Amino acid sequence: MTPDQIVALLAAAVTAGAPLIYAGVGETLAERSGVLNLGVEGIMLVGAVCGFAVAVATGNPWLGALAALGAGALLAAGHAVLTVTLGAEQVTSGLALALYGTGLSAFLGKPLIGVPNPAPFRAFPVPGLGEVPVLGPILFRQDALVYLSYGLALATWWWLARTKPGLHLRACGESPEAADAMGVNVAAMRYGAVIVGGALAGLAGAYLSLAYTPAWTENMTGGLGWIAIALVIFSTWNPLRLLGGAYLFGAVDALGFRVQLLGVETSSILLRMLPYLFTLTVLVVITVARRQASVPAALGRPYFREE
Amino acid sequence: MSTGAAAPPLARPARAEPPAWVEAVGVRAGSIVAAFAVGAVFLAATGHDPAHAYREMAVGAFGSSFAVEQTLVKAIPLALAGLGVALAFTMGLWNVGAEGQLAVGALAASWLALSAGGLPAAVVLPGLTLLGALGGAAWALVPAALRAYAGVNEIISTLMLNYVALLWVDYLVFGAWADPTAFSFPYSRRFPEAAHLPRLYGDVHAGALAALVAAAGLALLLGRTRWGYEIRTIGASQAAARYAGIPVRRRILLVMATSGALAGLAGAGEVSGVIHRIQQGLSPGYGFTAIIVAWVAQLRPWAVVLVAVLFAALLNGGFVLQTAGVPAAIAYMLQAMILTFVLAGEYLLRRLRRRRAVAAARALAPP
Repeated sequence: MTPDQIVALLAAAVTAGAPLIYAGVGETLAERSGVLNLGVEGIMLVGAVCGFAVAVATGNPWLGALAALGAGALLAAGHAVLTVTLGAEQVTSGLALALYGTGLSAFLGKPLIGVPNPAPFRAFPVPGLGEVPVLGPILFRQDALVYLSYGLALATWWWLARTKPGLHLRACGESPEAADAMGVNVAAMRYGAVIVGGALAGLAGAYLSLAYTPAWTENMTGGLGWIAIALVIFSTWNPLRLLGGAYLFGAVDALGFRVQLLGVETSSILLRMLPYLFTLTVLVVITVARRQASVPAALGRPYFREE
Repeated sequence: MSTGAAAPPLARPARAEPPAWVEAVGVRAGSIVAAFAVGAVFLAATGHDPAHAYREMAVGAFGSSFAVEQTLVKAIPLALAGLGVALAFTMGLWNVGAEGQLAVGALAASWLALSAGGLPAAVVLPGLTLLGALGGAAWALVPAALRAYAGVNEIISTLMLNYVALLWVDYLVFGAWADPTAFSFPYSRRFPEAAHLPRLYGDVHAGALAALVAAAGLALLLGRTRWGYEIRTIGASQAAARYAGIPVRRRILLVMATSGALAGLAGAGEVSGVIHRIQQGLSPGYGFTAIIVAWVAQLRPWAVVLVAVLFAALLNGGFVLQTAGVPAAIAYMLQAMILTFVLAGEYLLRRLRRRRAVAAARALAPP
């Protein structure tokens, strides 16, 4: 590989990592508050279809992104009602949401198959920074949603680690009893985290249909939602490490695509297995390396004060 | 130190409560009604006539003997995979990989069917059934071993392996196994007659018997044997099970293998009993629907069979609806909504009971 090809590969990794950052940061928030949301894959699909439909109708990708945020928030609110208010099994509720979102997106997306996107998010160089050698083309000749994803990961890390509301949110996930005693409204905090997390998952989906692909195809997420959940585990619930994980994963994804373009003799179908096998391998390595201590202690456990 | 909560349950609650099974069935029936009601609102909101759509679905699912046959044919893989999922869930193992295990079972069965040459049915059929089960079991053993010996989260591992298995099917049907007479269609050549499962009633193949036998076997196993007791104990608390001397790791391997074998059988049944070849998209998500089936059936084997028929009817009704211009995805939405309402109903019921018990205890306690 020439240096230029390596730079192109890294730039592609940053692009491919963006949806994982949105979905992963969202899931980190929910899990840090104590709620596992396995519905990410379904929420992303609904976000992708809603964002695409609105962008096609209005010609404005930003309105599409807004619609995806709203759709994601709405679906996640359903999960919050079930798990926070009713104390339902979080795994099952999340799986139901994943399947529901898959069905809903296929239903809504039927008339959108094959429709061209007149207004995708386009890449533009950041003035000044885009001209920096190596880093410029990798980080600063992307589209607006990629630029926002850098800020989101950094801001979420800072918010969780360094602010009082961030501390309160983490307390809800570590020991809801202690959080309650501190005067934190555990249910409200969890609702907020799950809904914001869902909105971000919706935006992650819209990134695919408004910037990455940019079109609507059924089941276009292809497991990215599940990979985002795995990334949250790799990153030990830390948004900064998540950033690294998302780019590592994006590089694997992009590498498979590049190897195909270079004409290396491998079947493209086998190459498409790569991200899933890679995810599985990293999950095993991380688990064996025993970094489990950082799992939010109350993850998956409902909390009711009166009981 | 007498507190309200410690008061002994001396008296019955004032109002006699309905027996638990009435409540359980009631919650499920109510959930189905609620899901259809919400679905009707959704259909109306998206410009379809819900009454017409539901009538079409009912006709498509049960309206003719052909429709009934198609519904039962789809119930077979749902029941088999659903039983496997229910077994794993009973032990607290989140096997969400039935879709991949089904695909690998189908691959293993197809390998024999496509390479059997002139072997007689008496050899091929038992062989491909066995291979289907073994294929599914092997695919489930990977996440099982990772879980048992390295503590790897089986939700993610089984899901990732679903994608790998489906791509593996693609790889073969686009490549080595592609039908040479069908240009670039993603399917293999047709199986020889000796590899076609016998039919019992119309299109309903012998897999139906396998599903019933599996349900009976699991019901017996879980309800009446030491093994079943151990599985339920592990499901309730792994720590307690370990303390009681139950070999938890070995049970994880065995239960996941059995769970995968049932899904693999479902895959073998699809290729040798229904489509008579292996193709891309051989399952319209049976392995995922099986998760909902198992949960709605409260993980009870016979209930799984019943719910499988109901959900097969929904799928079939959905396919028929497509011709009327309503996307078939409505069936998947209804299934997921039924599960959502079952979850909500169950936990509302549980909290209601707890609150009643607390209120009763408070009423009895001295001030």
